[in-house]
Amino acid sequence: MKTESKGLEVFSNVIMGLFAAFCLIPFVLLISASLTDQNAILTKGYSFIPQDFSAAAYEYLIHRGSDIARAYGVTVFVTVFGTIVGVAMTTLLAYPLARSITPHRNLIMFIIFFTMLFHGGMVPSYLVYTQLFDLKNTIWALIIPGMLTNGFFVMMTRTFFQTTIPPALIESAQIDGASELRTLWSVVIPLSTPIMATMGLFQSIMYWNDWQLGMMYVTDPKLFSIQNLLNRIMQDIDFINANLGSNAGAALEQMPSDAVKMAIAVIGVLPILVAYPFFQKYFIKGIMIGAVKG
Amino acid sequence: MEQAASAANVQTGLKKKKTQYRRYVPLLLMLVPGLLYFLFNNYLPMLGIAIAFKKINFAKGILASDWVGFENFEYLFKTSDAFIITRNTILYNLVFIVVGTVLSLATAILLNEIKNQRLLKAYQSIITLPHLISMVIVSYLVFALLSPETGFMNKTVLPWFGIEEGISWYTESKYWPVILTLVNFWKSVGYSSIIFFAALLGIDEEYYEAARLDGASRLQQIFNITLPILMPTIIMLTLLSVGRIFYSDFGLFYQVPMASGALFETTATIDTYVFRGLMGNGDIGMSTAAGVYQSIVGFILVIVANYSVRIYNKDNALF
Repeated sequence: MKTESKGLEVFSNVIMGLFAAFCLIPFVLLISASLTDQNAILTKGYSFIPQDFSAAAYEYLIHRGSDIARAYGVTVFVTVFGTIVGVAMTTLLAYPLARSITPHRNLIMFIIFFTMLFHGGMVPSYLVYTQLFDLKNTIWALIIPGMLTNGFFVMMTRTFFQTTIPPALIESAQIDGASELRTLWSVVIPLSTPIMATMGLFQSIMYWNDWQLGMMYVTDPKLFSIQNLLNRIMQDIDFINANLGSNAGAALEQMPSDAVKMAIAVIGVLPILVAYPFFQKYFIKGIMIGAVKG
Repeated sequence: MEQAASAANVQTGLKKKKTQYRRYVPLLLMLVPGLLYFLFNNYLPMLGIAIAFKKINFAKGILASDWVGFENFEYLFKTSDAFIITRNTILYNLVFIVVGTVLSLATAILLNEIKNQRLLKAYQSIITLPHLISMVIVSYLVFALLSPETGFMNKTVLPWFGIEEGISWYTESKYWPVILTLVNFWKSVGYSSIIFFAALLGIDEEYYEAARLDGASRLQQIFNITLPILMPTIIMLTLLSVGRIFYSDFGLFYQVPMASGALFETTATIDTYVFRGLMGNGDIGMSTAAGVYQSIVGFILVIVANYSVRIYNKDNALF
């Protein structure tokens, strides 16, 4: 019995090792390809070990350094601002809905819940945000549509408040003269850091990775997020290649276009790869909380 | 508070109501920003469904466009588009649900066998990593493998098998069901296995101990204890995904095939169809009709799925 259990553990390690490699391998190919000389790529293709080491792709990208820095600025602003406003909005909805004295709270809860079941769809909400609110080509277009809060966040936070904060604690704070806002800020929120951190983390990831809002609402390159810039550079390179073709001038010959494609993706993914070890613990905990509550 | 209380003592009835009112007004005020957001972000677009019954004319403006009844829907369902996008959306989702669940479950069970805590943490971190990566980046990763001129497949893997020609991946639609399924598993199996793993951790160790005393092998324990205990979770998650079978992972189907029109047959889903129409690369009338078709059928399916969960286990239902 002992040996069988040992055998199963070894088997698990082998399979999990293979699975982990399957998850990581594309990143290795990406980084290696970005560091390969253009001519080596053209003859041998992208490969896992740089055939002919060259940092030319990154040198080319330094010329577009200001675009990239700006796009990072946009992404960071959108992520920080959107997450703060979003978590605040969710909390301000969840707290009154968790308090038993709020009138009509079941009705209000249903109004929020119903949005999880029925969607108007992409076209009508595009029209609301472009015709009714003039959000096109503003930074708000990257923050507001569909991203600030949703029924799932509100329900999850409300359940957390109801199940972990004793109502007696809230009452005693109010007997001491605390207003509702004060109670929320100094009693409820300090006790709710797990849910706040989880929600904040998931919302930040949503904002950081979003490209759809930029594609729908933004045409001004100054407002491109890093994801939209990645899409655009790919198109630019294809555009140059398609239009100048093989009779391209010296400019194209010097541009290590195939390595550049990979280098910009590295630049896009690097911050996440670097930050991941620091927040992976909370990320995995967050998935588990979502699993238990959701 | 005290003032209000003493006032209420002097005068009754009306005053008492007023204090109550004073108590909950701050709570109602807190709700205002969020409810306004749901009004504009969710409820106004629901009314916007009406535009599917108009012939959209950008010169006239959308609100002033003429009403045409069900014309947009007639056009949509006369073409093969409606069939293709519905088929793709449902078939991909079915494969993702069935095979994805089996793979995630197997992963969770294997994770549970690993006793070395540091290795366990490392595996968990690595297999959830792909879930964090934006679809734009994923499309680049896939491109590095499949690029017709420089990709790893055409330049390295296929020559191993003596195929020097190379395959034009981005114009050959027949390969994409496999490619998209693999990409989906790469991105999501690790993530969903953690959900099952969390449920596994909740199983009481006593069951296993009792089984061990009776001489059950580890495999027997998995099939007779672990799986039956996880069954409610599995059924619930599956039913909920079935409720969302009319919606697809938009990024996967739009970014990863690089929006290649040649791949329409096997990569178009309802979501990408609506988006193309909206961005001007398709018929806007038919797209809005497709959007409404998705909203309504999707709504019915969620209700049916939830009702099924309710029959199975009342506590697990959403409503």
